Amino acid sequence: MKKIQKPEIDVDYVSKLANLPLSNKEKGLFEKQLKDVLSYIAKLNEIDTDKVEPNSHITDLANVTKGDKTFPSLSQDEALKNASKTYNGFFEVDAIFEEQ
Amino acid sequence: MKNVSDLTIREASDLLSSKQIKAQELVQAYLKSAHGQNKKLNSFITICDDAALNQAKKVDKLIANGQKLNPLAGIPIGIKDVFSTKDIRTTAGSRVLENYVPVYDATSVYSLNNANACIVGKTNLDAWAHGSSGENSDFGPTRNPYDLSRVPGGSSSGSAVSVASGSSLAAMGTDTGGSIRLPAAFCNVVGLKPTYGRVSRYGVIAMASSLDCIGHFTKTVYDNALVLNVTAGEDGFDSTCTAQKPDDYTKDIEKSVKGFKIGIPKEYFENLDMKIKGLILEAVKKLEKLGAQVEDISLPNTEYGVATYYIIQPSEVSSNLARYDGIRFGKTREKFGSEAKRRIILGTYTLSSGYYDAYYLKAMKVRRLIRGDFVDAFKRVDIIICPVSPTLPFKLGEKVSDPLQMYLADIFTVTANLAGVPSLAVPCGFIGDLPVGMQIIGPDFSEKLLYQVGYAYERETKWYRVRPEI
Repeated sequence: MKKIQKPEIDVDYVSKLANLPLSNKEKGLFEKQLKDVLSYIAKLNEIDTDKVEPNSHITDLANVTKGDKTFPSLSQDEALKNASKTYNGFFEVDAIFEEQ
Repeated sequence: MKNVSDLTIREASDLLSSKQIKAQELVQAYLKSAHGQNKKLNSFITICDDAALNQAKKVDKLIANGQKLNPLAGIPIGIKDVFSTKDIRTTAGSRVLENYVPVYDATSVYSLNNANACIVGKTNLDAWAHGSSGENSDFGPTRNPYDLSRVPGGSSSGSAVSVASGSSLAAMGTDTGGSIRLPAAFCNVVGLKPTYGRVSRYGVIAMASSLDCIGHFTKTVYDNALVLNVTAGEDGFDSTCTAQKPDDYTKDIEKSVKGFKIGIPKEYFENLDMKIKGLILEAVKKLEKLGAQVEDISLPNTEYGVATYYIIQPSEVSSNLARYDGIRFGKTREKFGSEAKRRIILGTYTLSSGYYDAYYLKAMKVRRLIRGDFVDAFKRVDIIICPVSPTLPFKLGEKVSDPLQMYLADIFTVTANLAGVPSLAVPCGFIGDLPVGMQIIGPDFSEKLLYQVGYAYERETKWYRVRPEI
């Protein structure tokens, strides 16, 4: 089992993973603050959990399914109501791929 | 007649059904209070005069026609601004959603509307329900009605304050790590965090999906049970919501607590502020006098609660907040406030390749141990009593620049979320002018028992009668 290491967080890299633009000031501040939090979290290293099964949620429910029936849902207009940009009844997004 | 702002739901409902007051008069009075106090307290982001009055008008008609109505009919309620409300702006306390108007209701809101409750407004909160003080809102901090220089507790800050200050008779909240119980304790109101899966999460903006619980605030324990009677139950839109039939939570609420075994977990009382400790043990003595038995117990993994929580919660937050891309609704991601950004970064880091095992997987294992502590304890005792907060309501600004200190405010509340068990926060007195609350925690789906114990204690003390002077 991997141990929690000496906390080092590359905020610049993680902000790219999270698609979250940050200012340089925020990056510096978060790095310091999150190091404190990660040092605190490292106390979990004290506990031996080698023989413990992880617990992802506490209900005993499994494979909850619904009948294969249709029922009324949002109209297209309703679904688009809060979109910043729409085009011909669709959400409009900025181009992802650059043109050749 | 009593001042309307001092009424309980039970009293207001009696006045309505016996036609001593009209729903429109009641709702009008609460709207007036909401508007009047909002400058000072900032407990509402949106006040819904028209929707509330239209609903009240409908209730008056139904009463005039002799219809038998739910006790919540005509009752003014607040809704934390993280619940989707059809045609009413829902911001989550964040600029990202400042213009968002949902096209559907959360299941709990739908149920409350169906019971003919009247929504007076959407209450302020720490943005995205991230916070323990109510200061993280992009719409300004909420203030504690018992001392305007202090925080009301968060994240369901505005909901607790609206009930405490007489601007609503009940208010919905969410509790992921203490966000109902902490503000309840800081504002002298009753707050329930139900068992995970008891109340549908559908339509409530998700924070940490394996921890989020939908609960509510009221002045009294009986009122609290009335609200759960409406919100509890299966929902096809939330597959984690149990099919187990809810109880009638007001039935048997007056039954004696004689013979009940109360566990006092030593880990929650070591190093606790002497005055807070004194009040909670005094409350336990009251219950002992009523016939309950008291036993010392141990929940040995308590000290790992906050560390476990601050891995699982930000991890799930980073995933849930990934959907806010400004395309389908809301604004773009740079509009997130500092706390949301901090949690997205922390959670993305703990879930990232190479770190997942050391953090998230480890935390899920410790989570099993923490739940095991409670399962073992409930083999010996019926309920557990412990403090809600290690401190009294703190000053605005006191902890804002030190996130870790802010996170540690949740030290006594996160464990119930990790374990999934229900917990009722009940006022248990004052230190100076500042309220103190205790938690009554029980096994899964034991809300009925928690209400019984809370009711027995409240009948002896009636702390809800100590109203703030605003």
